[in-house]
Amino acid sequence: MLTISLILLPLLASLILFLLKDKKGFHILALVASLAELVLGIVALFGFDKGAARNFPFDAMWIKSMGISFSFGMSGLSLLLVLLTVFLVPMIILTTFHRDNKYSSAFYGLILLMQSALVGVFTSSDGFLFYIFWEMALIPIYFICGLWGGENKIKITLKFFIYTMLGSLFMLTALIWLYIKTPAPHTFNIDTMVMVKLPLGEQFWVFLAFFLGFAIKIPVFPFHSWQPDTYTVAPAAGSMLLAGIMLKMGLYGILRFLIPSCSFTVIQFAPVVMIMAITGLLYGSVIAIKQKEIKRLIAYSSFAHVGLMTAALFALNVDALQGTIYQMISHGFNVVALFFIADIIQRRTNTLQINELGGIAKVAPRFAVFFMIVMLGSVALPLTNGFIGEFLMLVGMVQYSFYVAAIAGISIILGAVYMFWLYQRSMYGETKPVTAAFADLTSTEMWVAVPLIIIIIAMGVYPKPILEIAKPTVESILFSLKPLKEAIIPVL
Amino acid sequence: MNTLAALVPILPLLSFLVIGLNFRRLPKPVTSILACGSVLVSFIFSVVLFFHIKGGNPTVNVTLFEWIPAAATSLGFSFVVDPLSSLMLLIVTGVGFLIHVYSIGYMHDDEGFNRFFSYMNLFVFSMLVLVLGSNYLMMFIGWEGVGLCSYLLIGFWFKNQAYNNAAKKAFIMNRIGDLGFLLGMFILYVQFGSLDYQTVFAKASLLESGNLILTIATMLLFVGAIGKSAQIPLFTWLPDAMAGPTPVSALIHAATMVTAGVYMVARSHALYILAPATMMVIAVIGITTALFAATIAIFQNDIKKVLAYSTVSQLGYMFVGLGMGAFTGAMFHLTTHAFFKALLFLAAGSVIHAMGGEQDIRKMGGLKKALPITWLVFLAGTIAISGIPPFSGFFSKDEILLHAYEQNKVIWVLGILGSLMTAFYMFRLFYLTFAGMFRGTDKQKQHLHESPKSMTIPLIILAVLAVAGGLLNIPAVFGGSSSLNTFLSPIFGSGVEPVGEVSYGTEILLMSIAVIGSLAMIGFAWFRFVKTATIPVTDGIKRPALSNLLYHKYYIDEIYQFLIEKPVLWLSDIMHLFDVYVIDKTVNFVGNATVWLGKQSGFLQTGNIGFYLIAMVLSIVAFLVFGLMI
Amino acid sequence: MNNVVQGLQLMPISYYISFCSILFVIGMIGVLIKRNALVIFMSIELMLNSINLLLAAFSVYHNDPAGQILVIFIMVVAAAEVAVGLSILVVTYRKNNSIDVNLLNQLKG
Repeated sequence: MLTISLILLPLLASLILFLLKDKKGFHILALVASLAELVLGIVALFGFDKGAARNFPFDAMWIKSMGISFSFGMSGLSLLLVLLTVFLVPMIILTTFHRDNKYSSAFYGLILLMQSALVGVFTSSDGFLFYIFWEMALIPIYFICGLWGGENKIKITLKFFIYTMLGSLFMLTALIWLYIKTPAPHTFNIDTMVMVKLPLGEQFWVFLAFFLGFAIKIPVFPFHSWQPDTYTVAPAAGSMLLAGIMLKMGLYGILRFLIPSCSFTVIQFAPVVMIMAITGLLYGSVIAIKQKEIKRLIAYSSFAHVGLMTAALFALNVDALQGTIYQMISHGFNVVALFFIADIIQRRTNTLQINELGGIAKVAPRFAVFFMIVMLGSVALPLTNGFIGEFLMLVGMVQYSFYVAAIAGISIILGAVYMFWLYQRSMYGETKPVTAAFADLTSTEMWVAVPLIIIIIAMGVYPKPILEIAKPTVESILFSLKPLKEAIIPVL
Repeated sequence: MNTLAALVPILPLLSFLVIGLNFRRLPKPVTSILACGSVLVSFIFSVVLFFHIKGGNPTVNVTLFEWIPAAATSLGFSFVVDPLSSLMLLIVTGVGFLIHVYSIGYMHDDEGFNRFFSYMNLFVFSMLVLVLGSNYLMMFIGWEGVGLCSYLLIGFWFKNQAYNNAAKKAFIMNRIGDLGFLLGMFILYVQFGSLDYQTVFAKASLLESGNLILTIATMLLFVGAIGKSAQIPLFTWLPDAMAGPTPVSALIHAATMVTAGVYMVARSHALYILAPATMMVIAVIGITTALFAATIAIFQNDIKKVLAYSTVSQLGYMFVGLGMGAFTGAMFHLTTHAFFKALLFLAAGSVIHAMGGEQDIRKMGGLKKALPITWLVFLAGTIAISGIPPFSGFFSKDEILLHAYEQNKVIWVLGILGSLMTAFYMFRLFYLTFAGMFRGTDKQKQHLHESPKSMTIPLIILAVLAVAGGLLNIPAVFGGSSSLNTFLSPIFGSGVEPVGEVSYGTEILLMSIAVIGSLAMIGFAWFRFVKTATIPVTDGIKRPALSNLLYHKYYIDEIYQFLIEKPVLWLSDIMHLFDVYVIDKTVNFVGNATVWLGKQSGFLQTGNIGFYLIAMVLSIVAFLVFGLMI
Repeated sequence: MNNVVQGLQLMPISYYISFCSILFVIGMIGVLIKRNALVIFMSIELMLNSINLLLAAFSVYHNDPAGQILVIFIMVVAAAEVAVGLSILVVTYRKNNSIDVNLLNQLKG
């Protein structure tokens, strides 16, 4: 029941918000709904049983003849991603609470609709439902970006929509293929689907279809061209939803479908994927160095970070997977914090051009501290959340190949270069005309900033609980790979 | 003892949090008491721990909590107090405390007073974690933490973008080293399944000497040390780091943080003695850096830059010691260097304070009268660093050179050469600053004054330590007992570094060569800068080629800019263009091609219903016929 | 009742098929060549009814009531279709003052 309530609560709230038509206090309603969802998430956390394979199961037949059912359940990984979602959405809603708020109730309705869909993606135990929620998540973000975005929003949003839709269709093909191959009577139950032993020839095509679907969503180099533009034109809340939560769907998909169902091809093609991902990692980092606009810089840095996560996923060992899952969570918080910072700067100075900024630390010390901590988290300084993930991922990659890890490690240096450059140019120096009257964080903004700071540091100092929740999932994913690992020679 | 060991780093952390969270409200006296008090209490605890260890008690191990449960091992948030770390504790908290006290006077009218002390406390915390950590990951926390504090403090006056650039440069160069450290750590983790010192060393000792993996791992760890301890090729950040307030230069960029690399190699000596190739690399890099930096120092005119290059050079000596297997010697030199270099920096700070911010020694001179205490302590520091007995620098440098003589005569000769240069540039600095006539403006002359008590008292204490620090480890040739050797022997083992082959006679001869040479250089410096009162030429005047090269620090910064910075920025532009014009355009092309195809096939939609119907009927008929034919 | 069924079964099925085919083709030709939308509608009805008749015939011939059920379905759908279609026609007439289908070319690509 819990998982169903987690999906239905924001869905109902969003329906109410759509019907409200800008009655007074609608944003309070949105906030309350998301906080109630947060409470549910915390209940799930405390009721979670690490030993069980599927927590809070809910099963009801839907289309019997096709083996489709309403079934939900949470693994450790699902729980973590659901928690990420329920923690981030209230924060994202709070970031829109400011005087020049131009959002209507429909905007909040869309955010909550998206939340419902995201929770659905992370908890579905049925492939068909998974696909429905996957596409359902795309619709609200399309409207959020298309209606409230910046310059050129229609063109860029449409491109994003079609591009990711294309990926989803590939994914659907793979899902249907797996469905056909399940023993009769066919079923869309994910656990059964991924257990199907495909012949090698078929496995390659299923791998390709799944990988395209997920790679576009993440995005992996060279399928990323929708990403910088979309992040830049989307309203801050949209960028947060996209980078903070939505791209984790792709990584989740790899863990949930790709690795278990195509394990042979995954091991075989891991080097190819790694090369793509690490190319993206370095490519994004290098491009970020010379970006002139804050949001675009964040977009490329986020692209670089997910490159590292994807590469680590394909190292296929406990440390790397644990690190990736940890980084999925911490990247979610960090990137939301970064977009929040960009949003604050944009609202107060009406510009995101880095060279027009400067000296903010002088006039807004609290904001400077917040930005500093977020930046440290994002460059993976020890005792911040970013370090735990990067450390484990790199440790895992070393076990795969030392050279891969060494090359990926260069991003640690490049990351420091662009983040410190950004910080220095925007926060330090003499104040410029646009920054002279920069107001420090307001009390509403502190309600977002302080929890983020606490999360960034707490996750860096005491990562054990999260890693322990993720561990059973990681082990069950790797369990089936074990016998294959020695037997398969990678293609490169 | 366990609680005590845990409290040593936690106290400065708490003080950092209190000051940092209330940095706008706290009055300056409260901040001073909090910041200095926490470090003082840590120092007292460190002393207790030191005597606890010295009393022959076993090492103190504290695990606060399990930090990262990795696959092969669980990495704990844990501290260890053994002879090596207890020695470092004393240096960090002791020298740190004196510098904190000094800073109260130095920073008294800076508007960022509270911010300064919160950073300083954070630094002390990070440094203590670095030296106390009981595994490489803990060391790495401190390692990056001190890098961050160094960044924050170099760029402390953040309105000046040149300072910020120096800070960023320091952080990024350190990060390059950190990558090496990380990779070295990963190799250890994969090889030994642990990062805990004890486990790693125990498992490593089973390997044979010259093991390839161990050599690579130690090399990579040493890359980290190169970054942190400013050795060739990553040394250029340290002179730039002098942009920070002078107490910062004393604490971070002379006494503690930059010696972290030395500490790390000493801590990992069990690995390094099994990797002779790495040891040789360390020695070569150390001696090269020592000479390279010394030659640059001779031609610098900024009082802090001279000291900075001298720090780089002295760190080079420490690495020579490590490379020659003189681990105790290196740690000894680290200790005495912490005393006399902190002293020199603080005294330089006192001079700068009196001169109203002027740092160019060409505009100083004759400060002896106005600043008698500073003059005296600066002299003590200068003699100590020049290696004149019985000041502390003599003993520690001598121990390193002695090992070098024993193992490799070439390095010994180069070492002596460097020590001669040290004596020359240090006395050049001393004479130009304190002797002769005052060369500054009249306004500065009016302003000249001795610093307040809170600054001079730490100076005097440090001067005493700089003079007497050698007592820690008086070699047997002078009837001493090498007490530091004995104290550290549980760590380094007694078998590593006895000086057996060199007789006392040779030892005294070697010392005499160094001392007489240094005295001669001091005499030369006196002749040149006091007797004939030569003042270095002002900027903009053409110099001889060699001196020009040295004045411009071998153009290293420019070379790096040309070789690394420019290409990366260029690459960034190229890649961005590639992204926009190739990858994005390809995707758009696919989209546009689809649209075009749609347009082209649009002619079929004539809008004539009759046509549609006929097409439909004909198609159905065609299908029927086709179906019948099969 | 049985007699009726047997009597109907006596007539060869090919008669029904031929008759219905002719009706169907007449309807189809009407659809193809007429420009008046109302006539086209009537022709479509003719086609549908020819099918209905054939379905009823087969139903009797096979002794299977499913065919007759299908007939009812088709009649319902046809009625609904006519309702929608006629309303479209009315709108078209209001707009064009004519119900010539050749004027309905707004979907031209």
